[in-house]
Amino acid sequence: MRWLFESGFFASHPVHVACLVGSIVAVVSGVVGVFTVMRGQSFAGHSLADVATAGGSGAFLVGISPLFGFVAGGVVGAGAMEAIGVRRARGRDLATGIVLGASIGLAALFLYLSTTESSTTGASQQILFGSIFSTVSSTVPVVAIFSVLCLGIMALVYRPLLLSSVSTDMAAARGVPVRVVALLYMVALALAVGLSSLAIGAILSTALLIGPAAIALRLTKRIGWAMMAASLSGVVAVLAGVLLAYDSYYWSPSHASWPVSFFIVVIVFLGYLATELPFVSTAVTRQRRPATSDASEAHR
Amino acid sequence: MSPQPEAARQILEVEGIGVSLSGRQILDNVSFSVRAGEFTGLIGSNGAGKTTLLRVILGLERPSAGRVLVLGAPRGRRNRSMGYVPQKIMLDPDMPLRARDLVALGIDGTRFGIPLPSRQRREAVDEMLHAVDAEGFADARVGTLSGGEQQRVLIAHALIGRPQLLLLDEPLANLDLKSGQEVVTLLDRIADEQQIAVLLSAHEMNPLLPVMDRIVYLAGGRAASGTTDEVVRDDVLSALYGYEVHVHTLHGRILVVAGPMEQPGLPSDPTLRVI
Repeated sequence: MRWLFESGFFASHPVHVACLVGSIVAVVSGVVGVFTVMRGQSFAGHSLADVATAGGSGAFLVGISPLFGFVAGGVVGAGAMEAIGVRRARGRDLATGIVLGASIGLAALFLYLSTTESSTTGASQQILFGSIFSTVSSTVPVVAIFSVLCLGIMALVYRPLLLSSVSTDMAAARGVPVRVVALLYMVALALAVGLSSLAIGAILSTALLIGPAAIALRLTKRIGWAMMAASLSGVVAVLAGVLLAYDSYYWSPSHASWPVSFFIVVIVFLGYLATELPFVSTAVTRQRRPATSDASEAHR
Repeated sequence: MSPQPEAARQILEVEGIGVSLSGRQILDNVSFSVRAGEFTGLIGSNGAGKTTLLRVILGLERPSAGRVLVLGAPRGRRNRSMGYVPQKIMLDPDMPLRARDLVALGIDGTRFGIPLPSRQRREAVDEMLHAVDAEGFADARVGTLSGGEQQRVLIAHALIGRPQLLLLDEPLANLDLKSGQEVVTLLDRIADEQQIAVLLSAHEMNPLLPVMDRIVYLAGGRAASGTTDEVVRDDVLSALYGYEVHVHTLHGRILVVAGPMEQPGLPSDPTLRVI
């Protein structure tokens, strides 16, 4: 096993922190991500990441942990999208696009100021593409608090959210406060995106949110299991990514480690491709005979 | 189907409902009532206001006039006495929700927090799946089911909360004739066995004729209600539509035709419109 675990891997403090933070983030992303994929809100998740970018780069500029910026940006963005995009899907789409454009503009300004005024060259790299190895230990409790908050919200709204994901009207007719539930879910999504941005960068954060969830939905037809499978595949991707990034230091003579986020995203992508393999997908999808009594479906 | 005693309980009273959306009058002074164990068809062509009326009854839409009484009281937002089956749900085949999960959401889907596994709950779900003949696909993802199968699962979802009134929005619209007939027979049996009132909207009344106790006929935002014989008549429908229409009966099927009366038999004028 010496060839896999380069010397010092298990003793390195940054590796410990990276593995811990990465695993927590992967679990949160897996749980939230299943609902994101199910509700077809991958685009909303990506947009929140863009808003989080503005927050994160702002936080970097004023010198506090980008995590606070990511989360604050995401939550404000979630609120704004929910408030502007009332009712119609078209309105929601439009609102999302507008909020998104403005926030990327802000991020561009903040990152520019960070690089020019304080001559910190790593700003763009750290905010946009992540830097899990430079996470300081003092961030861990904050990560834990945000994670507990996010999972707590998901546990609270689990059933009403599931019901409104099936049909908003059905849920509303039975007295579910659908808008409150949707807003709470958006806050949980913003928290997950913020945490994921810390681990693999704001631009790539959706990969950890959507990828493992998409893999899980291929493998199981029960939502609880899907959440567990998504969390587990996320954790595997993060840990393997950390290991490979650590090892990559020794790969080239110039000793330049490749970014962790690159490895995590590639592993998630390969995992998703693997579920496309014929023998994997038929095992789950062959659960039903083709529909027989649906001749008139095409009419509508 | 069996004739109800005159004193059967009023489950739903719709009194003078009017709805106007952006200046257009969708519903105008619509009144009717539904009693326990009755099967009522809400009949009207597309755009007649059927969905709007159902949404008002469910409390999803606020009427500009009139009121809705459920079990004699104005309905609150949380009304467990009504079950609702929407026209169509868009579920991805990938959505990890089995038919039995959707039925279980009918029991406690509105509650906050995570459900604990419960044997009683599982048995109730099994029983309801059996009642709607959905055992064969209980463990399949809802998104992979055919229209008729989904309809039965949604009916089970609505019924498991033990409602006294079941509202269905165009349940036959996406079904072929045979599946439609199965759903109608199922609903009739349930209405009889559990003594619940069924209010079902449809644009075609013929599939419902064998089971319908009462009809609410919507046209131009106004409604006529009563038994089929009382409502589906030349004079009543002409008054409702505001122009002359005729009711023809052909082999037990009813055709409502606009325009002046032709000689008996099939309409010969190609410009005649079948409504």
